[in-house]
Amino acid sequence: MSTISKRLRSLTAMGAIGTTVALVLAGCGARAGDEAAAGGTSAAPSCVDTSGSAVKLGFLNSLTGGMAISEKTVSNVLHMAADEINAGGGILGKKIEYVQEDGATDWPTFAEKTEKLLTQDCVAAIFGGWTSSSRKAVKPVVEKHNGLFFYPVQYEGLESSPNIYYTGATTNQQIIPAMDFLKAQGVKRLFLAGSDYVFPRTANAIIKLYAAKLGIEIVGEEYVPLDKDDWTSQVAKIVAAKPDFIFNTINGSSNVGFVKAYYDAGLKAETTPIISVSIAEEEAPAMGHEVTGQYASWNYFQSLKTPTNPKFIESWKAYPNSSGVTSDPMEAAYISLYLYKALVEAAGSFDVDAVNAAAKKNAITFDAPEGKVTLDGENHHISKPGHIGKINSSNQFDIVWASDKFIEPDPYLEGYDWFPADIRKQLVDAAG
Amino acid sequence: MDALIAPLLNGSAQGALLLLAALGLSLTFGQMGVINMAHGEFLMIGAFAAYLVQQVITASNLSIPVALPVAFVVAGLFGLLLEVTIIQWMYRRPLDTLLVTVGVGLILQQAALQIFPSQGVPVEKPGWLDGQLNILGYEWPLRQLFTILLASVCVAALSAWLKYTSFGRRIRATVQNRDLAETSGISTRTIDRLTFFTGSGLAGVAGVAASLIGGTNSQMGAQYIIPAFLVVAAGGIGQLKGTIIAAWAVGVALSYFAYWTTGSLAQVLAFILVIVFLQLRPQGLFTVRTRSLA
Amino acid sequence: MTKPRTTGPKPWISLSGIGVFAVLLLAVAPLVLTDHWLNNLGKYCCWAIAAVGIGLAWGRGGMLVMGQGVFFALGAYSMAMHLTLETAGDRIPGFMVLYDPLAPLPMFWEPFRSAGFTLLAIVLLPVVMAGILGYALFKRRVKGAYFAILTQALAVALATLISSTIRETGGDTGLSDFKYFFGFVLNDPANKVMVFLIAAGLLIVCLLAVWQLYRSRFGELLVATRDAEERVRFLGYDPANVKLVAFVVSALMASIAGAMFVPIVGIITPAEIGAAASILMIAGVAFGGRASLFGPALGAMAVGWGQSSLGSTWPEGWTYILGLLFIVVILFLPNGLSSLPSRFPGRTRPKPDVPPTPAIAAAELEEVRA
Repeated sequence: MSTISKRLRSLTAMGAIGTTVALVLAGCGARAGDEAAAGGTSAAPSCVDTSGSAVKLGFLNSLTGGMAISEKTVSNVLHMAADEINAGGGILGKKIEYVQEDGATDWPTFAEKTEKLLTQDCVAAIFGGWTSSSRKAVKPVVEKHNGLFFYPVQYEGLESSPNIYYTGATTNQQIIPAMDFLKAQGVKRLFLAGSDYVFPRTANAIIKLYAAKLGIEIVGEEYVPLDKDDWTSQVAKIVAAKPDFIFNTINGSSNVGFVKAYYDAGLKAETTPIISVSIAEEEAPAMGHEVTGQYASWNYFQSLKTPTNPKFIESWKAYPNSSGVTSDPMEAAYISLYLYKALVEAAGSFDVDAVNAAAKKNAITFDAPEGKVTLDGENHHISKPGHIGKINSSNQFDIVWASDKFIEPDPYLEGYDWFPADIRKQLVDAAG
Repeated sequence: MDALIAPLLNGSAQGALLLLAALGLSLTFGQMGVINMAHGEFLMIGAFAAYLVQQVITASNLSIPVALPVAFVVAGLFGLLLEVTIIQWMYRRPLDTLLVTVGVGLILQQAALQIFPSQGVPVEKPGWLDGQLNILGYEWPLRQLFTILLASVCVAALSAWLKYTSFGRRIRATVQNRDLAETSGISTRTIDRLTFFTGSGLAGVAGVAASLIGGTNSQMGAQYIIPAFLVVAAGGIGQLKGTIIAAWAVGVALSYFAYWTTGSLAQVLAFILVIVFLQLRPQGLFTVRTRSLA
Repeated sequence: MTKPRTTGPKPWISLSGIGVFAVLLLAVAPLVLTDHWLNNLGKYCCWAIAAVGIGLAWGRGGMLVMGQGVFFALGAYSMAMHLTLETAGDRIPGFMVLYDPLAPLPMFWEPFRSAGFTLLAIVLLPVVMAGILGYALFKRRVKGAYFAILTQALAVALATLISSTIRETGGDTGLSDFKYFFGFVLNDPANKVMVFLIAAGLLIVCLLAVWQLYRSRFGELLVATRDAEERVRFLGYDPANVKLVAFVVSALMASIAGAMFVPIVGIITPAEIGAAASILMIAGVAFGGRASLFGPALGAMAVGWGQSSLGSTWPEGWTYILGLLFIVVILFLPNGLSSLPSRFPGRTRPKPDVPPTPAIAAAELEEVRA
């Protein structure tokens, strides 16, 4: 064996030499603390060219892999919105030319494709993403290249970026209304069930803080990996804990397993109802009759009676690739494209800085299917109505509660005294 | 009492589902040496077959009993197709069957995503599975009992088939000594095809059981494949009783871990438990004594 | 033993091949490629480094390592923890704050503040872990399909563990948003080129290392162990030791790949180390040619490129192509594309390097059954 160790030694030496050579070859770029470099992070000038008769936009959704289950619909609705806008004359008279990219349910791929869209395809803005992980992968890249990203799904809040617009709900537009609803229902004992990733964990951290303030006792908290469907063991714990209500932050197909295990164990909507923040019109049909009678907190429901909703539903149903029902994330994606149109028209330009300035200066609004939403130019979120729906036998939602007015977005929960100021400060600091 | 009895019962049911998923593998892997990574996708095919049966027979009380044999045949036919087109050329390269079937699995998943609604489809539980059985104060869901019964029936049928029928005898003969079996006039080709058909068909049955527990969608098969392989390996290749015990043990361990820790940690601990066990006893619980050197 | 079997080209041909490859990667690529594609090429280089290791363990050693994600993770997370701390400075990384705002940094993060410790960890962690794991498995003669499934299960277990420890590891979201790389500003294009050159340089070093290993007595012993483990044992060698060395070297390469992946791609998540990612690493190796010198690296780069380009123009199609790639290549070209030239008529056909020699096929079958 001595030959082997000798070889290995010479290999190590070769490795060391090789690395050194590579380092020397490389020369040096900017180092930390170097002022020029710190200022130079704005990188290369944007290559976006809008001088022609078209504007290029990027759509970034997972069309393959596990999240394709949800994201395909968002991609289709973005295409529909683009077709609609083009039929109406485009944005600033320019037709939308979209580049569809596949995020492949892989977060580094989201980062790679974002960079490709911004530097190779030179798109003026990117629309898409679903999971918080995909958004967090995209964020550094759009910030580096000073691009724009429109994110259409409700999320855990506690984030803001000059390069991202959030058209889904932040916590105070979905979680907090749900908690207010539970309080009004007289709930005393709440059980938290979620998938094991950042949104449920963060949402539940916030729920626990608010529950303490509301005097609701949290009688248990369970997480199951996103890719596991079997909830039987956890549901046994729920049965033993005897909650009055279950707060469900489970995502994806695991939700089907949860509802089935819940029903198997003899839990009923009449006695131990579930309130969910990720079951919508799209997801409910895959769960069968077991889900009837349960609640969900969203901003948009297909059953909402607003002036623009019927047209939205009708055009979606007529669209090729349609799934036949509309849901909150779809509607938020639909909003995102129109909101971009409104922003560009207010700015009179596709330039990112001009768009951001226009967002700050004007109150940009859009007559969305959920109602007339207003953009907050500071935190890049939109105002939304809070709604609680109850699932009926045709997998539509009967609205049982609505906020008395549109809820202003408050991603860092600054208007809520129960949210510890020191956590907020640390989070803002950490976000830089 | 609840804390002890509930995980035991839930775990037994979890083990039964694992056993259903592993049974077909134990046949194809154990008896034929084929490592079929698309087994999870055959399970998915079974679940979709159950959904399609429910579209025809809308009364779920009846449709699930009908779906079981249908899923067996449909998944079995897919398996047969795989055997005839690809696997039969690879019997001398077992490790390569693993990689080829990974490719088959990828294709089947993507096809399912494009054929069926991307969110998945509902499979309704028959009404006679509503309700619970009170066991020592724990309200045990009937559906879990059903999974255990289904697994038991499949095991009984499989072992009877292997033991008492002439096909079974020929399969065993082929496994023990392929050349000698062939010399004695057994068509080993037919036997291989039949074994693969049955193994894949069992995955289809497991798929029906899985569709009553979780979602029926393109991704559903992926979560069963690695645990099922671990169960087969821990039980001892080609050993039905080993597979049964290993499946039950893993299911119960998972359930107790989930009760004491979190759902995610339970998965990790159960995996590590099996890995450590296999390290201590690489041949699994039971072994066939052969005269080979390896 | 006698001189190496002359299955491959003459040594100087391989060496000059590596030379040409080095010039292409280190000199030509930075000049002709845009920043975006250079960065992508850097990512493919990382996969290629891991692939070279898989080629060694699987192609030459016959161990189907389906859990290289584990070692990829060790390198990647070591590096990512260091870069996260470098970016956060004195503060606690942002993602940790919410779950427990007042708790200190987890213990195991603390040493990764040091650049030296991080580099050491990237090398030592996989060596120690693969050493222990390999020793335990090979001494117990775990091999074939068992070995493959066990390593795959480990990768799945680790990915699940990381996903569920959000405060400690960033969970499913992973670690991202790194600003500095050992004092260099990562956003500076010049530094990105440097990071690429380091990755490409390491790939060349790894190729040189396996070139040397394959020529050596150890290389012969490894192939011998793959083809007839029992005979090697009868000759007085312990096959477990031979396999152990190959396994450890391949783990080290996976770890280095992971470490370089982090500054290049800018994010690491459990999805990059789980079952699918570990299998994708193997896809490239099978495609290029598992037992050849260049096959694994070029195959991995080709698969990476396919994912970037075909995955863009035809995403659904790419999944089908990847699936077909597995089937067609393994079925018809078990030695990958690198065996194509020898299939053309008019050239003497060298003995196939991998199966199917009846002896090993039978042995493998036995080992699945026994």
